Amino acid sequence: MCPWQGELKRIDDYRWEIPQDYKSGMKVAGLVFADEQMLSVIREEQALEQVANVAFLPGIVGHSMAMPDIHWGYGFPIGGVAATRVHDGVISPGGVGYDINCGVRLLRTNLSEDEVRPKIRELINHLFNNVPSGLGSEGKIKLSEKEMDELLRLGAGWAVNRGYGKPPDLEVTEEQGCLQMADPGKVSARAKKRGAPQLGTLGSGNHFLEVQVVREIYDQNAAGLMGITHRGQVLMLIHTGSRGLGHQVCDDYLHVMGVAVSKYGIALPDRQLACAPVESDEGRDYLAAMACAANYAWANRSCIAHWVRESFAEVLGKKVEQIGLEQVYDVAHNIAKLEDHVVDGKKQRLCVHRKGATSAFPAGQKGVPEKYRAIGQPVLIPGDMGRCSFIAVGTDRAMQETFGSTCHGAGRVQSRGAARRAMRGIDIAGQLAEQGIYIRTGNPDELAEEASSAYKDVNDVIAVTQGAGISRKVAMSTPIGVIKG
Amino acid sequence: MDKQFEVIEHTADIGIIAYGREPGELMANAARGMTSLMIDPLTVQPALSNKIELQEQDDVTLLVEWLNEIIYALDAEGLIFREFAVAISAGLKLSAVCYGEKLDAARHKLKREIKAATYHNLNIVKLNNVYSAKIIFDI
Repeated sequence: MCPWQGELKRIDDYRWEIPQDYKSGMKVAGLVFADEQMLSVIREEQALEQVANVAFLPGIVGHSMAMPDIHWGYGFPIGGVAATRVHDGVISPGGVGYDINCGVRLLRTNLSEDEVRPKIRELINHLFNNVPSGLGSEGKIKLSEKEMDELLRLGAGWAVNRGYGKPPDLEVTEEQGCLQMADPGKVSARAKKRGAPQLGTLGSGNHFLEVQVVREIYDQNAAGLMGITHRGQVLMLIHTGSRGLGHQVCDDYLHVMGVAVSKYGIALPDRQLACAPVESDEGRDYLAAMACAANYAWANRSCIAHWVRESFAEVLGKKVEQIGLEQVYDVAHNIAKLEDHVVDGKKQRLCVHRKGATSAFPAGQKGVPEKYRAIGQPVLIPGDMGRCSFIAVGTDRAMQETFGSTCHGAGRVQSRGAARRAMRGIDIAGQLAEQGIYIRTGNPDELAEEASSAYKDVNDVIAVTQGAGISRKVAMSTPIGVIKG
Repeated sequence: MDKQFEVIEHTADIGIIAYGREPGELMANAARGMTSLMIDPLTVQPALSNKIELQEQDDVTLLVEWLNEIIYALDAEGLIFREFAVAISAGLKLSAVCYGEKLDAARHKLKREIKAATYHNLNIVKLNNVYSAKIIFDI
């Protein structure tokens, strides 16, 4: 891949602009959050061209944005944020991606590292057996057609009603685990068939379960509200999405949008950006189907969290209530949502696409759970399996500049092939064991593709979001046990 | 023609360039290339056949939908294929027979999950009587 040669205007240490005149057809400028060193890596591929391409979307406002974990995607870059006006703008399934509502859920415990480390192998092995993961894995819950439709309408609430999760979990889930605009009638039979056997499965690729230990607390007050009180405290992080159901919804609607771009006379530089007016039949149908897939993902993470709780209780010989395992938060990082934001001094209804980006609403904002209204919405930012993860909160600055958005993770720097070649002959599980991290995976061949060296250092990514003021870090944790899907 | 396909790299995902002397061969080789990313095809027995028929308004959509049919067969039906006979007729109609078998965890080792074939920068080009297409997959 050739490096990107376009012009970038430095705004400050953390902000870089792709001028609107970089490419004829851009409706707004691009805005990239990165530091100078990171930028030299980002420039090695065509991710910034994709930021420019997103600026072609009709009705886009503000900037076509890239978070510091940006890397080369297809259509949108991963780490991309774009907001379009609802009344005359478009919605693009490519701005959400195939894994609709891929996201992370964090549970906190009352346990300390000393209590868990001696049993970490047993715990990880138990979790590995209890949570179906890996290629072709099938779930333990069998769904009838009627149940599937209910699940798609209700999201995490469906899971809680079925005993997979607790009512307080919903209060600390983005959108309370349910996008109300869901209409199962807009989801194809194929998507439902693909998703039916996969509920409660982790999947493969970069999806994971991690047992983590708190290493640093930067904001005692915010951390305390989240139930995170001291270094050495054990946390549990779950990363997965909407599985085959979401993939099929995206696929189905890219086909619909491919026809819609001609119908509405929309000119785009990349077919993967295919879109339709938000307020068209095609746009509304996609939003209704996407909401179903998002709801499926929230139900999926609820089911997995339930088995995580069971596994901890069984291995540690304690009741779940004694262990804690309360949910801190659950965020989506591949989603489009209709939100009100102030643009040019006026409140506007926007369709905010977050593709590998997390919402980061500030204190006092509607949409932030009551529990966190005083500190801002929790933001969960996993790093790679050998480094660390961060908990942050949203800020006013994010609301003003990024439609309340920040990064979602570390972001890849190496292709999967390059990662494999670099790690050839290296015992990755052995290396992690030396760092005190026990890992299980159903697909050891894929482990090299997820090696630390294949990712940016999440510390660098967080330094940018912190420096730019689009989220504020609260705590940092490192893994002691990992399941890779 | 010597080369059926080659695997190419993409930071987040993976892709192939498929070749063919005519559109049907291009489609079959694209399917072979994609399958090779999911499994060692030599471990798949051509025990059953599955027909796939499609019609689209343009060749790029036909290629993406064809590959996504094969992904769907694996994800929803548990069917994995190793051989593909594809004919394209007037009006961009695709008729294919895929030969393979039911996935058997005891004998088959999947390499990776492919979520979908994408439209990203996808063009079918004809040069010196050879068709080629670069396809990026979401994994």
